[in-house]
Amino acid sequence: MTIPVFYYLILSAVVFLTGLVGVLIRRNIIIILLSVELMLNATNINFVAFSQYFHNVAGQVFVFFALTIAAAEVAVGLAIIIALHRAKSSINVDEFQLLKW
Amino acid sequence: MEQLFFFYFAAVIAVASVLVVALRNPIYSALSLLIMFFHVAGLYVSLRAEFLAAVQVIVYAGAILVLYLFVVMLLNLKQDDRYHRQWPVAGVVGLTLAVEAVMLTLLKGRAIPPAPANTNETVEGLGNTEALGDALYSTYLFPFEVASLILLVAMIGAIILAKKDIGGSEA
Amino acid sequence: MTELSLRLAVSLAQIAAVMGVVMLTVMILTLAERKVLGWMQDRMGPMEVGPYGILQPIADGLKLFFKEDIVPAGANKFMFSLAPILAMVPALIGFAVIPFGPSNKFELFGITVEPFVISDINIGILYILAFASIGAYGIILGGWASNSKYSLLGGLRSAAQVISYELNVGLAIVGVLILAGSLSLVKITEAQSGGFWHWYVFALPAPQIFAFVVYVISAVAETNRVPFDLPEAESELVAGFFTEYSGMRFAFFFIAEYANMVLVSCVAAAMFLGGWNAPYPGTILEHVGLGQFAWAENIAWFTVKAYLFLFLFFWLRATLPRLRYDQLMKFGWKVMLPIALGNIVVTSIAVYLFPR
Repeated sequence: MTIPVFYYLILSAVVFLTGLVGVLIRRNIIIILLSVELMLNATNINFVAFSQYFHNVAGQVFVFFALTIAAAEVAVGLAIIIALHRAKSSINVDEFQLLKW
Repeated sequence: MEQLFFFYFAAVIAVASVLVVALRNPIYSALSLLIMFFHVAGLYVSLRAEFLAAVQVIVYAGAILVLYLFVVMLLNLKQDDRYHRQWPVAGVVGLTLAVEAVMLTLLKGRAIPPAPANTNETVEGLGNTEALGDALYSTYLFPFEVASLILLVAMIGAIILAKKDIGGSEA
Repeated sequence: MTELSLRLAVSLAQIAAVMGVVMLTVMILTLAERKVLGWMQDRMGPMEVGPYGILQPIADGLKLFFKEDIVPAGANKFMFSLAPILAMVPALIGFAVIPFGPSNKFELFGITVEPFVISDINIGILYILAFASIGAYGIILGGWASNSKYSLLGGLRSAAQVISYELNVGLAIVGVLILAGSLSLVKITEAQSGGFWHWYVFALPAPQIFAFVVYVISAVAETNRVPFDLPEAESELVAGFFTEYSGMRFAFFFIAEYANMVLVSCVAAAMFLGGWNAPYPGTILEHVGLGQFAWAENIAWFTVKAYLFLFLFFWLRATLPRLRYDQLMKFGWKVMLPIALGNIVVTSIAVYLFPR
């Protein structure tokens, strides 16, 4: 008994939207980055599900690249967070509004 | 059996990801993300992508999330007292997209044929790790090299951003 | 359905047996460490409980079991209880893929049983690496939840240390993986049969001796042992991340540390020193016509190799002073990492030039 591929699509959509909502409603930059990780994982689930569905390994290769990007993102993101915290001793996104008008 | 596992993994993934967003304490958020990563890895195993499952745990759970926790503790963060004031907008956007996604997959998803014939590269037969390595180092060699470049750039960028006095005294 | 439940029962029995052996080894190690240290420092070690103090581990266990379980004021109770479990489970779970002996198969009520291999998954070594990386969570969370600056500093130090040295462990074994062409520990061990010159430390075309040294040093660092025991440096941090722990929770961290030592020793034996293979072709018991008992000899060799590593841990502890934190980081990133990377390059070239 195999799982229809659209079950995975629904799961991935739910996780992705959770991440999206997280990015919009949280004020802590770290949680926002965690939500971005959620979104990346949602796409990864999709890639792997379709890789299995099409019997093609390309989807898994893309997950590999997504992992690379996630690692790069977290390195730069956390460095930015540390720099921000050093400048304002806060990581609340509302406090960083110099470029806002 | 397979369905049982899928529904278990899916339920935990969904609940854990909601908790990541909803919990006030960043440490708890990070821990529910850890649970979610593990269950995603489990999902990968059930999809016969065991190499990715291992890499998922090593990279996401073992490196990325530890770095998050490291920073949370380093900065000694207080609890997030309330959500951002644009949460109604977020709710509307999220709900609309969720309804849309579920509707689309339900309407069109059922029309997807069960499983198409095998294309050129098969996941089965050759082991998963070998198949992945084969594709990675032949078809996707150039993207692979670009990925390593991205990592290098990220590494340099992170050091420059986080270091206090670049170019000051002997760094 | 009966087949499934039978399979489950066999697996559970195997898991129970391995857990028992690991726990027993941990008990022996706590005594052996003190005895070895005593011997190296020209003293007796524990002598009071039982003849030559051999019942000391039981006394220690009883003492820890009956100690008051203190949760410090202001600590996060949930995390404080969760952390020791998070530290211990990954340390024990890794043993699932270690081949303790040859993969003899026999039929039991119609299902095939491999008594010395709990599971042979084709990503075996990655599985161990994955769970080893989870062990850091117990340490970090334990440090954070204790609401004590010493614990927190110990936890943070350990996070940085474990991440840095895990990388070296991972890179050090890549050479072996290139030679073996597999991630399964069972296959890697089987590829090293036929005498010690086939062990990957010495095997042509690319002896992994440098990788072996890097692995051993990084393994010592990853298990937070002297000389890399910065996270629990007594002289600066009281006891590091488990300063505030007492009773059974402390015992969990303790067991986790020793189980991790056993695990990295088993992995080192399996990856570099031929696992259960004897250092000569075949086994003696086979030559004298007792082929059906050859597994005993193989398991004995595995045990000897694993204990050799554990002895090395104690030896290092008796010999070396602790490193400073920046020295530790410099050593990891500027010495170990380049050696491991160089080893990968050399091994790949050698395997490319002399394919087998």
